[in-house]
Amino acid sequence: MEPITVINGTSVPLMKDNIDTDQLIPKQFLKNILKVGYGQHLFYDWRYQENGQPNPDFILNRPDRQGASILVVGDNFGCGSSREHAVWALKDYGFKVVIAGGYSDIFYMNSTKNGFLAIILPKEQRDILAAAPADAVITVDLPNQVVEYDGYRFEFDIDPLWKHKFVNGLDDIAITMGYEDEIEAYEARMPSFN
Amino acid sequence: MNQTMFDKIWNQHVIEGQPGEPQLIYVDLHLLHEVTSPQAFEGLREAGRKVRRTDKTFATMDHNVPTEDIFNVKDAISRKQIETLGQNAKEFGVRLAGMGDERQGIIHVIGPQLGLTQPGMVIVCGDSHTATHGAFGSIAFGIGTSEVEHVLATQTIWQTKPKTMGIHVHGKMPAGVYAKDIIMGIIAREGVAFGTGYGAEFYGDTIEAMSMEERMTLCNMAIEGGAKMGSVRPDQTTFDYVAGREYAPKDMAKAIAYWQQFYTDSEDAFDRIIDFDVSELAPFVSWGTNPGMAVPIDQPFPAIKNADDQKAYDYVGLQPGETADQIPIQYVFFGSCTNGRLSDLKIAANILKGHHIADGVTALVVPGSRTIKHEAEKLGIDQIFKAAGCDWREPGCSACLGMNPDQVPAGMHCASTSNRNFEGRQGAGSKTHLASPAMVAAAAIHGHFIDIRKEAI
Repeated sequence: MEPITVINGTSVPLMKDNIDTDQLIPKQFLKNILKVGYGQHLFYDWRYQENGQPNPDFILNRPDRQGASILVVGDNFGCGSSREHAVWALKDYGFKVVIAGGYSDIFYMNSTKNGFLAIILPKEQRDILAAAPADAVITVDLPNQVVEYDGYRFEFDIDPLWKHKFVNGLDDIAITMGYEDEIEAYEARMPSFN
Repeated sequence: MNQTMFDKIWNQHVIEGQPGEPQLIYVDLHLLHEVTSPQAFEGLREAGRKVRRTDKTFATMDHNVPTEDIFNVKDAISRKQIETLGQNAKEFGVRLAGMGDERQGIIHVIGPQLGLTQPGMVIVCGDSHTATHGAFGSIAFGIGTSEVEHVLATQTIWQTKPKTMGIHVHGKMPAGVYAKDIIMGIIAREGVAFGTGYGAEFYGDTIEAMSMEERMTLCNMAIEGGAKMGSVRPDQTTFDYVAGREYAPKDMAKAIAYWQQFYTDSEDAFDRIIDFDVSELAPFVSWGTNPGMAVPIDQPFPAIKNADDQKAYDYVGLQPGETADQIPIQYVFFGSCTNGRLSDLKIAANILKGHHIADGVTALVVPGSRTIKHEAEKLGIDQIFKAAGCDWREPGCSACLGMNPDQVPAGMHCASTSNRNFEGRQGAGSKTHLASPAMVAAAAIHGHFIDIRKEAI
């Protein structure tokens, strides 16, 4: 996994609450056996018109919002289905970090597994970020746990273990396999009812 | 210190880590389906890893499976996912209820049915409705594909222990009111995120009086309130359900003694308690685009409070102040891991018996598993549905999410026994109205919802 330290990028605000994973990536695009290629279908139902042409009113399609790497959203982001494709689609599109008021628990866990940073900031602070012009650069500094923009400095919390994994780009499975003795000992203690 | 059932099961499964941090938890049962597993198996293959405990892993195909002719999978990528799971199961030695197997069905229906789902377990699956299995007094939750790979390789998962919430449900359920109405009522009152960060336990006299199938409906939709896990204390109803099933414990007495150690000590062990009285509860119908946007059948749709409400009304083409009997129902879906079990089909069939669905309504009946389908056919339930004009199908997830050909056409209002009414959930442009099987059956007959407590069917 690619390590994450400091992200400097432009942003896209989408200040809606309860954006569910069906909106992030509709089910017809889950039909794949790969982890890449989902970015083109991110926010599909909002991003494209019925004739398949881009919806010019949707913010992701505005010319001045292209190339953004920071997504600023409302509360309870990523609720609904557990599909990890939602995180893959955000990443594949080019987003590196999302800033929300909160996340569904499953979405949050999926983000930690994919080196996709999901930050929580209160609404007053997100409103300031959401008002940033399209060309304004926002800095997300993970080692120092701070989001900086236009003289503002918003600190955020993150679990030290997740932070350690993000900053070092560590693979969970390899880490866990280091606990093989403990897992075996646990299995030896398990009751049998047969 | 007093502990909840959730705390006790969790603590029993911790291998590494301290409270408040991500902890390494042992997984007793890992369920797989074809949509969220291919990338996980591919990851194992690339790293040269094996499935650590094939005896604690079970797979089936459900999301993509066609329900008319299951072997005629027209969509190339659906077919590829189905075939890939078959190949992966074979290559990695994972138990599989494959295409056409008598045990095949929705993964959350067959886990309990096969006796795989048991109290005291930690159960995971790459699907958010894994919460269903909590009905047995287990910790059961949905995970993403990277976590599926992690569990396949290590039989463990890193999780931060959630807080615990007690949901006290009490009172006698009025006639015409079901478990579905309870969970919809709780979510309508508390919102779609009230449970985020919590593992929920439902308790109280209403819950104790419920069958296992009703408890599964309740826990299934805990996730729609944000709670990754919903659970119910195992009791004699639970033990009687589990006993004798294919993978049930042989020594039930020993198993029951073990399971009973996990009971919640007292209410004050919960971090938060919600109280829900069902004695005056009415049947619920969802009007909007999340499960919290729902009203009792005798109440009008609410005023617009924010941009989300406006967007939802725009999408479904309804107005504040209208009532559920004004929704023109053109499509009906009986099925899903929420309400696709035998008792659900029986309830719907009892209402449909001697009636015909309204002109212009298409009704699909998709049993939760092949076993349920065959049991229903033995009881003649299929004949009742067919005589009423419904289409009796093979099992699967079907129109709950429309990954197979069973999709609700754009613009149509669907009365559905499923769990999610998100935009486009049942097909692009589809408008879903969630309700109990009884309410949906009555809506099929009338072409609109009715108050089944008051009106003659």
